[in-house]
Amino acid sequence: MALSGIEIYKHLPKTNCKKCGFPTCLAFAMKVSQKAIAITACTDLSETARAALEAASRPPIRLITIGGDSRKVEVGNEVVMFRHEKTFYHPPGLMIKLKDTAPLEATLKTVDEVANLVIDRVGLKLSLDGFAIQNESKDAATFARCVEAVKAKADLPLVLMSPDPAAMEAALEKSARSRPLIYAATKDNWEKMAELAKKHSCPLVASEPASLDELAALTQKLNQAGVEDLVLDPGPQGFSSSLNTLTQLRRLALKKSFRPLGYPIITFPAETTGSPEEEVLLAGQQIAKYAGIIVLSRFSPATAYPLLTMRLNMYTDPQKPIQMSPGIYPIGAPKPSSPLCVTTNFSLTYFSVATELEASGFPSWLLVCDTEGLSVLTAWAAGKFDAEKIAKSVKAFNVEASISHRSIIIPGRVAVLRGELEEELQGWKIMVGPPEAMEIGSYLKRYWTN
Amino acid sequence: MPVEIPVEKWAGKVNEVKLGGNGRKSIVIGGETTLPFLKIDGAMPHRPAIAVEVDDVMPADWSPHLIAAWGDALEDPAVWAKKAAEYGADIIALTLDSAHPERGNTGAAEAKKTVEKVLAAVDLPVIIIGPDVAEKDNEVLIAASSVGRGQRLALGNCVDKNYRSVAAACIADGHVAIAKTPIDINLAKQLNILICDIGLAPDAILMDPTTGGLGYGIEYTYSVMERLRLAALIGDKMTSMPMICNVGEESWRQKEARATSGVPATWGDHQERALAWEGITAVSLLNSGADIVVLQHPRTIALIKDAISKLMA
Ligand code: B12
Ligand code: SF4
Repeated sequence: MALSGIEIYKHLPKTNCKKCGFPTCLAFAMKVSQKAIAITACTDLSETARAALEAASRPPIRLITIGGDSRKVEVGNEVVMFRHEKTFYHPPGLMIKLKDTAPLEATLKTVDEVANLVIDRVGLKLSLDGFAIQNESKDAATFARCVEAVKAKADLPLVLMSPDPAAMEAALEKSARSRPLIYAATKDNWEKMAELAKKHSCPLVASEPASLDELAALTQKLNQAGVEDLVLDPGPQGFSSSLNTLTQLRRLALKKSFRPLGYPIITFPAETTGSPEEEVLLAGQQIAKYAGIIVLSRFSPATAYPLLTMRLNMYTDPQKPIQMSPGIYPIGAPKPSSPLCVTTNFSLTYFSVATELEASGFPSWLLVCDTEGLSVLTAWAAGKFDAEKIAKSVKAFNVEASISHRSIIIPGRVAVLRGELEEELQGWKIMVGPPEAMEIGSYLKRYWTN
Repeated sequence: MPVEIPVEKWAGKVNEVKLGGNGRKSIVIGGETTLPFLKIDGAMPHRPAIAVEVDDVMPADWSPHLIAAWGDALEDPAVWAKKAAEYGADIIALTLDSAHPERGNTGAAEAKKTVEKVLAAVDLPVIIIGPDVAEKDNEVLIAASSVGRGQRLALGNCVDKNYRSVAAACIADGHVAIAKTPIDINLAKQLNILICDIGLAPDAILMDPTTGGLGYGIEYTYSVMERLRLAALIGDKMTSMPMICNVGEESWRQKEARATSGVPATWGDHQERALAWEGITAVSLLNSGADIVVLQHPRTIALIKDAISKLMA
């Protein structure tokens, strides 16, 4: 939250001593609010005033880091209710739940699968974030052993789940250096959990299903006990309550700067849903509607992929599409006689085509035109992907030097460009490809000869 | 520590639009005085409806999972529509795809026959969608309009190129127009104004903001819908139309839902993934303001029906 000059001025000594280099305290305060100078330049600032200013300029939703140096998740510090107002910054962590009662071998197999799940999409590598390990056995040693084994297998961010401070302590002994999230402080055990969080410098979940009033009371007690890094668990949330409660929490933080609830939120979509299919739908909703950590009850790549895609989509900057730099790209190891395709520089479009070309068995050249990051039809409709643009790109990137033939394959969705392109590229053969990239392989098999 | 929940006071209200009636079952959608399912600010008097897509020709290139789920019903729109009703459709969305110049180029006569058949087969409200080529849309929608006179069908797509004739048909025969624009708040508003200027009542218009499927533009649709709905709640009458999203087609046409081979092992089980693709697209767009979602897979119908009940609870 940016503070106004007047708000900052209230905390200054108001002596106009000029030691900061400004004629008055007010002039100095104005500069600080514009971020032109740091508050520390006031030599006479009292400790309490400094603390008050720091507290007031804290982000409305605290940024919480879970995990060690190798892999971490950062959640919170969101500034808007709707992504079009600016953007959503910190994608929610997607964690898979494990129970310490399951056979260790099976658990470690899942850990291995989750850790190795890397999905390529739009040139990005998507993967799940870590594990939530539940002390189902109610036994401290079993819990600690499971946590240790999981951590040895894959050093991903963890949520440690046990209501028992002794079991938590045992598990923290094995894992505290990678900053697991402690789940959870409740009204019954909060003093002990706060001690553990402080001792091991780990973030802590404040769990209170009764009401937001009581949840806020709990976070305040934890603050007073010296724990600042908190995550909220407002209790099990179904479709409706999840939307309503999480919206209220976001509003309280952003619109009221309500500190006691200005923390990211953890959700467990399986707790209120009856089937794995339904769990995934609720998790999907929670990605868009304000969850910070989502704990999934089961691992399945078939549902991890759509959820990771949803997360990627919701957390892209609405102001600028992810784009490629224009140019001529070799796909595979093309020869001068290899096929030449043309497309736009929207990353999604480029990678849809590049992936298919790679899989087609035809090393190819892919000419990427500058369409300001728009897809084929969007760019065509906006006048940014036409015959003239394609012809210009052929010249600009010196395509004729790379290839020995004079054939170019255009996307099927802009088949209408063929005639004009024949005019623009004299002596070239204009081939109309299929409308969908996934049909490129079979198209090349049928129509590409040489 | 008493927490004071900030409540938004909205001046506006989404229009209530009725479909069906006159011997046919009827349904009312819209009427919200709050953001989707947010009870703290206002009311959502009607639950969002599920429309199920029925095509007048056997769909080409459909995912094997869709084909297996519907079986022989795909060969006959009347049978298909009945089955959709059994699976829980609130509305049948009949697509006259055969009128597309490249998929049969059928005309008004065939359209009439198909619409008659489907109207006779089910008593649910019906949406008629043309092949998405403005001139052909005109031809078949006008034909459908006269067949369904008085039954308050929804006719789409009504776009900048053909809105005059579609709106005129709606006025003449008592139907609702589906005004479709490409993911743009100003274009959506502009088209609503043009349609109203012709004389179609605002409560006889639905907006189709154009759907991008999960992974294929959903974030654009999601955000433009949130903006349209916020504008309506602030009191802009020309963005107060309920919204319809073509979820099924936009989800199932993507490689993730369709391709049977040549996909990475990391994508997991095909059917589970494809259903999640359609389901997540649907839930997200319901959360951003959809009043009707058009779906394709029977399992998704059941799941989304249930999710809507829970969101309304
Ligand atoms: C998301 C979207 C937008 C986003 C932009 C996203 C982006 N970065 O491009 C926004 C909201 C900004 C937008 C804006 C507009 N849009 Co728009 N948009 C869409 C939407 C929903 C999805 C597009 C998309 O991302 N597709 C996914 C990509 C991967 O598809 P693709 O690029 O076509 O690539 C595929 C194939 O073409 C093929 N392929 C690609 N390259 C190649 C190459 C070869 C050789 C081959 C063989 C194949 C191939 O492979 C890919 C996968 O199969 C579509 C409708 C829809 N549901 O599809 C409308 C759509 C494309 N938009 C449309 C329009 C009209 C517009 C606007 C002009 C509206 C306006 N007047 O403001 C503006 C223009 C923008 C501007 N002025 O700057 C129309 C185009 C109509 C037409 N047929 O001409 C569409 C079809 C909607 C509609 N039905 O009316 N849009
Ligand atoms: S140094 Fe501090 S007290 Fe002195 S003028 Fe600057 S702001 Fe005021």
